[in-house]
Amino acid sequence: MRVALFITCLVDAMYPRVGQATVQLLERLGYDVDVPLRQTCCGQMHTNTGYADQAVPLVRQHADVFAGYDAIVAPSASCVGSVRHQHAALAARSGDDGLRRAAAAVAERTYELSEFLVNVHGSVDVGAYYPHRVTYHPTCHSLRLLRVGDRPLRLLHAVRGLDLVDLPDADVCCGFGGTFALKNADVSAAMLADKTASVLSTGAAVCTAGDSSCLMHIGGGLSRDGASVRTVHLAEILAST
Amino acid sequence: MTAFLGMPARAPRGVGQLRGDLPFPAAAREALGNAQLRSNLGRATATIRAKRAAVVDEVPDWAGLRAAGAAIKDAVLADLGSHLIRLEEQVVAHGGRVHWARDANEANRIVTDLVRATGERDVVKVKSMTTQEIGLNEALAEAGISAWETDLAELIVQLADDRPSHILVPAIHRNRTEIRDIFRREMGRVGVPAPPHLSEDPHELAEAARLHLRARFLTARVAISGANFAVAETGTLAVVESEGNGRMCLTLPETLITVMGIEKVVPTWRDLEVYLQLLPRSSTGERMNPYTSMWTGVHPGDGPLEFHLVLLDNGRSATLADPHGRAALRCIRCSACLNVCPVYERVGGHAYGSVYPGPIGAVLSPQLTGAKDNPSLPFASSLCGACYDVCPVAIDIPTMLVHLRSEVVAASGPKPERAAMAGVSWVMRRPRLYTVALRLSRVARLFGRRGAIRRLPPPLSAWTRTRDLPLPPAETFRDWWVRTHGSP
Repeated sequence: MRVALFITCLVDAMYPRVGQATVQLLERLGYDVDVPLRQTCCGQMHTNTGYADQAVPLVRQHADVFAGYDAIVAPSASCVGSVRHQHAALAARSGDDGLRRAAAAVAERTYELSEFLVNVHGSVDVGAYYPHRVTYHPTCHSLRLLRVGDRPLRLLHAVRGLDLVDLPDADVCCGFGGTFALKNADVSAAMLADKTASVLSTGAAVCTAGDSSCLMHIGGGLSRDGASVRTVHLAEILAST
Repeated sequence: MTAFLGMPARAPRGVGQLRGDLPFPAAAREALGNAQLRSNLGRATATIRAKRAAVVDEVPDWAGLRAAGAAIKDAVLADLGSHLIRLEEQVVAHGGRVHWARDANEANRIVTDLVRATGERDVVKVKSMTTQEIGLNEALAEAGISAWETDLAELIVQLADDRPSHILVPAIHRNRTEIRDIFRREMGRVGVPAPPHLSEDPHELAEAARLHLRARFLTARVAISGANFAVAETGTLAVVESEGNGRMCLTLPETLITVMGIEKVVPTWRDLEVYLQLLPRSSTGERMNPYTSMWTGVHPGDGPLEFHLVLLDNGRSATLADPHGRAALRCIRCSACLNVCPVYERVGGHAYGSVYPGPIGAVLSPQLTGAKDNPSLPFASSLCGACYDVCPVAIDIPTMLVHLRSEVVAASGPKPERAAMAGVSWVMRRPRLYTVALRLSRVARLFGRRGAIRRLPPPLSAWTRTRDLPLPPAETFRDWWVRTHGSP
């Protein structure tokens, strides 16, 4: 099966180790991974900040780059959510039927990592070993846009050595929200303070999630408070042996 | 053939309560500084969230009910004019009168004239969002008419000369101690005073309110209400409430004036049945609300002798004209979206500036006024999606917020941001240039201190004021891939 990695711009620029972990994991599970280098960004930041017209060319590029793969996997629920739930509307906005069809074809083959592992690969035990106390933050877009449900938790339960502890008020947003964190920085910070307090209350050494963006936010708060809890992407845990 | 009469108007400026004095981020900052407010709100919303979840989970066909709730409203909205005309015919046939109000000013004038015609100087009011939307109390006051709120929470708000901060629980920002103080201080100035040694015990507070309001009910000759629903097939109005104070207003006075947004009409009683199941569970977390009052026209010897229905547009037709925004008119004002919203929970209702706060307010207010007049509200959300999940009529608020953001940007996007967004998009369309740009982000490593970026210039200082940023890596992912898996 020819699997393309949709790396996402944030992971590409800021968290290459998350991309490396995703590649290692997929290769270990026997997939032939390709990284099309003409990919850039899905356009979510533009769309969600009100710049739909600037996002349309990015949708076109994305649909073009990822055409023809059996599966497209991304280590981000948010970016997959953008492809699956926003690209159709953006393509419709362009009035180009060809783009609409191309975007739909890519969207239906695009998977968030935990979806791909559980539904396509068909296994929750990916042979990982991670001897740490971990708490899991279900990101808003994984929960409510993609409905990944308990897939990430099932994957984490199957990791050897891992001590999984429940996060209180797990389903509440951490306050990131893309440019919301800048435009409404005070509200965002208030939401983050409650999230980091929840994380600290678990006594976990590691806070994990399926989105590097939310982890950047939670990690930024923990780091500013001098907390020793690390933020680690789900892909990194599943790639560890 | 129909004549084109131009685009329907938005809610006018200078009247009513749909626009705030401050942009949302500034108003939110003030609210966040109020520790009492945050603690009151946090406790109240957590309680009501849990109650709602319990009574929704026990309904086996909630998803079906929700879909029906959305579909009925959509069908009504697709042919709104016909349903309203049917409603008018039926109200008139049963002895009521119907008045059409294009906007807040027209509605206020109609109601003021109707009250004037009775010769009364005092009216009692049933809790009504719509009359707050149009600023009716203020308009009546200008005409020398006093409007007395009779809903307990609205009474608290009115006595304190405050503004409601929640659709369902207008005094949610007040705790018992504050309410006791307001009652002690204010009740005597306008009517029956609070008992001298009033405590903050809820029963004592309720009894004080009961004594105060009873005097009003027994003397009032005119009442003003809103409506939760209007059934077109019989011309029946419905008000759903918890206290029975609404029932008193709707039955005791001789004249009843109901002000209703045009989107509240449902075709039949069968349709009403769906909403009477959806609304209480979503709003108060009850299986059934204690009082549902329904009335059809007038009946000699039973209730008001005169009934007026004022149908209000005030930007609703303009909202209906937008295919991406019109679903906001499905809203039945249950407030479930407020109670689950992490933004609302932290800042409360006043920060939204409009009588409609929270997620639904962030999509409804800018549509009623035009996005230009409420440009910060569509951005008052992290797009977490909790509101859409609980909405009993399935309004996709996050998608609508994103749509409204593009309207705001098209009308008045800030120039530096516009240039930055265009620049980023331009680079992202050019993969080679993008690859170089990613490499250049390594420069930011120079800003690093102790392994993280702790301070950046504006606008990124908004981030680093409370949060660190990681240092960009020495090697981007794509450079690692090329190095380890071969050249592009």
